[in-house]
Amino acid sequence: MKAAQVPHLDALEAESIHIIREVAAEFERPVMLFSGGKDSIVMLRLAEKAFHPARIPFPVMHVDTGHNFDEVIDYRDRRIAELGVNLVVASVQAAIDAGRVVEETGPRASRNKLQTVALLDGLTDGGFDAAFGGGRRDEEKARAKERIYSFRDEFGQWDPKNQRPELWSLYNGRHRRGEHIRVFPISNWTEMDVWQYIEREGIEIPSIYYAHRREIVRRDGMLLAVTPYLTLLPDEQPEELLVRFRTVGDATCTGAVESPAATAAEVIVEVAASRITERGATRADDRISEAGMEDRKREGYF
Amino acid sequence: MEMLRFATAGSVDDGKSTLIGRLLLDSKQIFEDQLEAVERTSREKGFDYTNLALLTDGLRSEREQGITIDVAYRYFATPQRKFIIADTPGHVQYTRNMVTGASTADLALVLIDARKGIVEQSRRHAVIASLLRVPHLVLCVNKMDLVDWDQRVFDDICAEFTEFAAKLDIPDLTFIPISALNGDNVTTHSEHMPWFGGPTLLYHLEHLYIASDRNLIDPRFPVQYVIRPMSDRHHDYRGYAGQVAGGVFRPGDEVMVLPSGLTTTIASIDTFDGPLDEAFPPMSVTIRLADDLDVSRGDMICRTRNAPTATQDLDAMVCWFHERPMAERVTYGIKHTTNSARCQVRDLQYRLDINTLSRDDSAGQLHMNDIGRVQLRVTAPLFVDEYRRNQTTGSFILIDESTHETVGAGMIIGTGD
Repeated sequence: MKAAQVPHLDALEAESIHIIREVAAEFERPVMLFSGGKDSIVMLRLAEKAFHPARIPFPVMHVDTGHNFDEVIDYRDRRIAELGVNLVVASVQAAIDAGRVVEETGPRASRNKLQTVALLDGLTDGGFDAAFGGGRRDEEKARAKERIYSFRDEFGQWDPKNQRPELWSLYNGRHRRGEHIRVFPISNWTEMDVWQYIEREGIEIPSIYYAHRREIVRRDGMLLAVTPYLTLLPDEQPEELLVRFRTVGDATCTGAVESPAATAAEVIVEVAASRITERGATRADDRISEAGMEDRKREGYF
Repeated sequence: MEMLRFATAGSVDDGKSTLIGRLLLDSKQIFEDQLEAVERTSREKGFDYTNLALLTDGLRSEREQGITIDVAYRYFATPQRKFIIADTPGHVQYTRNMVTGASTADLALVLIDARKGIVEQSRRHAVIASLLRVPHLVLCVNKMDLVDWDQRVFDDICAEFTEFAAKLDIPDLTFIPISALNGDNVTTHSEHMPWFGGPTLLYHLEHLYIASDRNLIDPRFPVQYVIRPMSDRHHDYRGYAGQVAGGVFRPGDEVMVLPSGLTTTIASIDTFDGPLDEAFPPMSVTIRLADDLDVSRGDMICRTRNAPTATQDLDAMVCWFHERPMAERVTYGIKHTTNSARCQVRDLQYRLDINTLSRDDSAGQLHMNDIGRVQLRVTAPLFVDEYRRNQTTGSFILIDESTHETVGAGMIIGTGD
């Protein structure tokens, strides 16, 4: 037989499916994190493919900051119903109400850091020993060094200097009770790969990823959506612009970009021409410091 | 678009980070915000140029100490190919990181400082690439600007390395003179080295033929997961999910399942996107068999006349990763394809000195970063091929039974009889 070329999206898909099946086979209680963002949507599709025609053999968890875009929650509920999987909601609001965490105040308050508490509580309450996340290594410098199986101790902490070597496609998932792993099946995908896959597979994503008119305010060089959760500063004037989101997170710290791109194909053209990383452009939470992500990961963040 | 994975290795200060920064920058993978951060840091640290190496230093402790701790993965794409770089540091835990990076690489890129020539580390990297059977090796002679772009310097290094490489198993070796700092022969031909008629590094990476590097001859399918929907619509469905590890499988093929040795035919090869006419590496598929056999995770689907060896005895080259050395008669966990078992070290035949390629028969232990030839006895049969024949069915990892850490990696030479 003539050696056929394997297109990169097929190679990436095959690798991710292998990882997802491996975790399902070797762990007792895996759970898949789902934010409603495009990366976790792609990851969920890969899980659907991995076990077809059976159902996905683990539940899906949404770490809910309470600051959601309605379109994303609608999408989540539809997709969960379609797949027939269980949804576990780990609620930041519940953690605040229970007095487990104290909410930041002021116009720049964000619930981003509080997510870690809700996430760890959710993992403990569910007895989960593996949690799939949609992190990609091209997103951020600290992620570039994280393994596909990322070990976390009983506090959910990541120790970058003490990671298990990962060779070939052999993953070592052994762990003690109380420890768990975070698994990143799409580690090797880039933002471009994700968009190309969404286009090729015709995957539906929440409408806010495509161009729409929205009330925004300009703050610290970012375009933030005007939502009930955002407190305006005295001199801030909302304006209506044609925008789309490149990432979807907590509505108070996810920035939009001005764009007329209304389809995946048009977004791909924009991504190819873009000169700013998606996190740099749109995530206030990553602008804290150069080591912002590394520090949060050490504390148990994704 | 095809994907090419390559591992880079180099010694301290030979400009590896600069080269990677250059590839990313010239292929427009570096974004303004990343470049701004690097320019700012360069100024703060008092460099009089933009230090591209800062782009790849990810962790705070690395930036503080100016070193790279761990294998980092980088991504870039050109209209021809998507690339994944496993960037392995040259000093701390060098063998462990290099072996890890090389294990998935189609190509290894070794950097040499033109002023220093071939040093111990260059040889070590070549030996590891050869042991891990990375099919393509590129030797970049860097910092040509500092030797006045002198062809003789380049030619001497090529000659010396070629002589050394003759002792190794390197199927494809390419030499390129470059200056990573200025970009000469990285993405565009160098005006300073008109004597060099070969391709630029990027052109070589883009056009290298890699499709034939996969094993499409020996059918191997390690069963990873059994799919049984138990739904009304798929009441009797029973499929064996896994990633093809070798050869080509087609519906109707007569196959044998190990360990039972029972034979049947392939009823269908299923995916979410519909049934397939054939499946080959690296596809992840689900195979249904015509007969109702008892097949589970860890079993191997192969052909009657082309099967791996079922054995409890392994003869392997083992790289050791842990501070606690590997010793004879100790028992470790072993993971091979989708099989997990335990194994005991029966004999450490020799430790390989990867600088001189000499064998130390008197070694009683393998220390961290050592490589040695080891005989192992496994608690249950594994279905193995020689690593040189099949990297998936020929490789394994060793796991410490008390700490669960991955302590070693092995490449099977034979079955030890």
